[in-house]
Amino acid sequence: MAKAQPIHELQLTGITKRFPGILACNNVSMRVARGEVLALVGENGAGKSTLMNILAGLYQPDAGTIAINGEEVRFHTPNDAYARGIGMVHQNFMLVPNMTVTENVALGLKQHHRFMNLDLKATRARIVEVSEHHELPVNPDAYVWQLSVGEQQRVELIKTLCFGAQLLILDEPTSALTPQETDDLIDRLKRMTAELSIIFISHKLQEVKELSHRVAILRHGAVVFNGRTEDHTPAELAALMTGREVHLPRNEGLLVEGPAILEARDLKVRGDRGHFALDGLNLEVHAGEILGLAGVSGNGQRELAEALTGLRPVESGTVRFLHKDMTNKSPAAMIAAGLGYIPEDRHHEGIVPRFTVKENLVLKDFPTPRFSWSVVLKLGEIARNAESLKASFDIRCSSTSAAGGSLSGGNIQKVILARELAREPKALISVYPTRGVDMGAQEFIHSQLLARRRAGGGILLISEELEEIMNLSDRIAVIYKGRILKVLTSLEATREKLGLLMAGVAE
Amino acid sequence: MTHDLVYNILSLGVPFSVALLLASLGEMFNQRAGVFNLGCEGIMCMGAFLGFLPAFFLKTGPLAPYGIVLGFAVAAAAGVAMGLLFALVTVTFRAEQGIAGIGLQMMGWGVAGTLFRHFVGGVTGVEGLASWPLPGLSRIPFLGGILFNHNPMVYIAFLMVPASWYLLFKTPWGLKVRAAGTEPRAADSMGINVNRVRYQALMLGGAMAGLGGAYLSLCQAKMFADDLVAGRGFIAVALVYFGRWSPLGVLGGALLFSLAQSLQLAIQVAGIKFPYEFAVMLPYVLVILVLSLARKARMRGPTHLGVPFNREMRY
Repeated sequence: MAKAQPIHELQLTGITKRFPGILACNNVSMRVARGEVLALVGENGAGKSTLMNILAGLYQPDAGTIAINGEEVRFHTPNDAYARGIGMVHQNFMLVPNMTVTENVALGLKQHHRFMNLDLKATRARIVEVSEHHELPVNPDAYVWQLSVGEQQRVELIKTLCFGAQLLILDEPTSALTPQETDDLIDRLKRMTAELSIIFISHKLQEVKELSHRVAILRHGAVVFNGRTEDHTPAELAALMTGREVHLPRNEGLLVEGPAILEARDLKVRGDRGHFALDGLNLEVHAGEILGLAGVSGNGQRELAEALTGLRPVESGTVRFLHKDMTNKSPAAMIAAGLGYIPEDRHHEGIVPRFTVKENLVLKDFPTPRFSWSVVLKLGEIARNAESLKASFDIRCSSTSAAGGSLSGGNIQKVILARELAREPKALISVYPTRGVDMGAQEFIHSQLLARRRAGGGILLISEELEEIMNLSDRIAVIYKGRILKVLTSLEATREKLGLLMAGVAE
Repeated sequence: MTHDLVYNILSLGVPFSVALLLASLGEMFNQRAGVFNLGCEGIMCMGAFLGFLPAFFLKTGPLAPYGIVLGFAVAAAAGVAMGLLFALVTVTFRAEQGIAGIGLQMMGWGVAGTLFRHFVGGVTGVEGLASWPLPGLSRIPFLGGILFNHNPMVYIAFLMVPASWYLLFKTPWGLKVRAAGTEPRAADSMGINVNRVRYQALMLGGAMAGLGGAYLSLCQAKMFADDLVAGRGFIAVALVYFGRWSPLGVLGGALLFSLAQSLQLAIQVAGIKFPYEFAVMLPYVLVILVLSLARKARMRGPTHLGVPFNREMRY
């Protein structure tokens, strides 16, 4: 791979791409100049990732052209795009977990390969060089599965830079990062613009404001806005994105001390690696309140949610739900008792991707008399249920017979939310409910959670977004290393206090 | 007496492992690239028959020594062709791999048997490959006879173990194979043609299964019969799991199985009172036991095993 010529200007003209049943990109045109950062924003399913996959040579456009420095180019494979200096960091990292960082980079660095001989030394040297030049620290000999998400992100960046990228495409680079990692990444990217152009996709308008020079907004596959970032406030951009004003709702109800309905006492639970992920945790959720659980991910949030829902065995301590001891009861028993669950991993735990939307909507209730005559499903009722939930939860899909997995992230989340809330749970455990979800869907999900609270449900809201926790919670508990460090009322809580507690500093 | 028994079991077990070892190393490449080829048995049947055929025809002529070499070459070529066929069906047409594999197994078994009846008819022996003791090494007491007093294919098969390791972990192609089987989307995004790599791996795997089959007819049994392969192709697939997709692990599995087999023979020959059926069962029971106990550490294996690659699939 020879070093690509500098990209002074990249121009997309009239790009159109269809998938079965969906027009993903509709006559999209945009340009990026050298040293410029273009933010590409839009709701889930607006066609941003598809457009960037076309630019990276992964998808072929049905119509339209790409031109670099005024010369038309065609990318049939990702190799073609790399050869012209375009590199993409995908939202789901493109790394092989059981290989080292060096091996992962070597996969794409063909000039270091001799016949039958893999020159890992040269690759390693190149990694060190790039990592030092761009101040992206990484251990080239570590296996990818050993690295944190933030470190994997850096590996992706280094990999792309090692291939000689002049224009970086970043697809939601911060969606899986903690707040600290996000700030760190933004800083590094800012420094890199001295030499590179960047197109980045994001839902977080704060980041868009901070990092980008220009912003292009996609809606339903078409560009609805393209202009300078500094001329617009985040609220204006949000309105352009959804086509209406967006107001994230706030919990303005009074703190009502209802009875405790979901309690954890001295809970000890092992994590996947065998250590105690929960180490004597105490927590109670009352009826009619939202209890926010703040904390840096990996401090026991997932294990807590799984222990409460019966998915993970409890070593010692008790789980009480509606005043009954439910420790180590099966998930079925917890569901039957009225516990709702919005899991962290929506693609694998939240839905069955190959099942249709309407099937996914009755996953917990299909054996009930409403949806079946003992052994035969009432297909008509299942379809009616899906149509009514699709309308009331604003689920955007071509049909309720479409596969659940073919929906965008925000709409999958709405399917899960619809299924769980339609069951009117006494208590709901909601884990990262708006991770990777656009503003419009976020507003909707928040208002639904608040509505459930008003109806008397108790909600445990696990999130990394302080904004979300502070907007919605009545009380906020901070989890650190498997214990609750402190519980604050929403009046006491400030960003600073929470930030310190999340870092493990209790006064 | 015990000394002799142990010696016999070991020196018989080592050459028994060759057919399994070759086929299993080939299957390891298939699976590392993400393709599960249950048709290994069928390829071995074809390899066994087509390897036998030249040796059978040239048996009496002056070309007899070349018959065996030609036999191995034909068997490997047939394996490549069957690997290609399997790749066409499972990689290009994305057919269900398990079902396609059963199809390939039935096809290999049926075609080999039919051709055998047509060209050969009854059971006939061939000369086979002679022993080739390694000078010096074969005179080491005890070990010399066990390790260095075999036909050349035994040495070749054992050299394939480090060669496979080098190929898999130290060459660009091996890197591509491992990526294609574990994270094909990542490989694709880095400009690796995942399907081409899978085709190549299946051709290599086919060639090795073909050689494994030919070893059975040319070196081990020195004849061909319908049931010559007798499930070794399936055992070879199981050994890949047992060996956690590493060449050394596969070697260990092949040796364990073949030693159990020669132990069973030794028990019979020694006339020890032990039900014959149980003795025959022994190696198979061993594989089932080992497979059900060795379920941990999936991390190292190809996580996309059995999943056809489709770049534009949306989930």
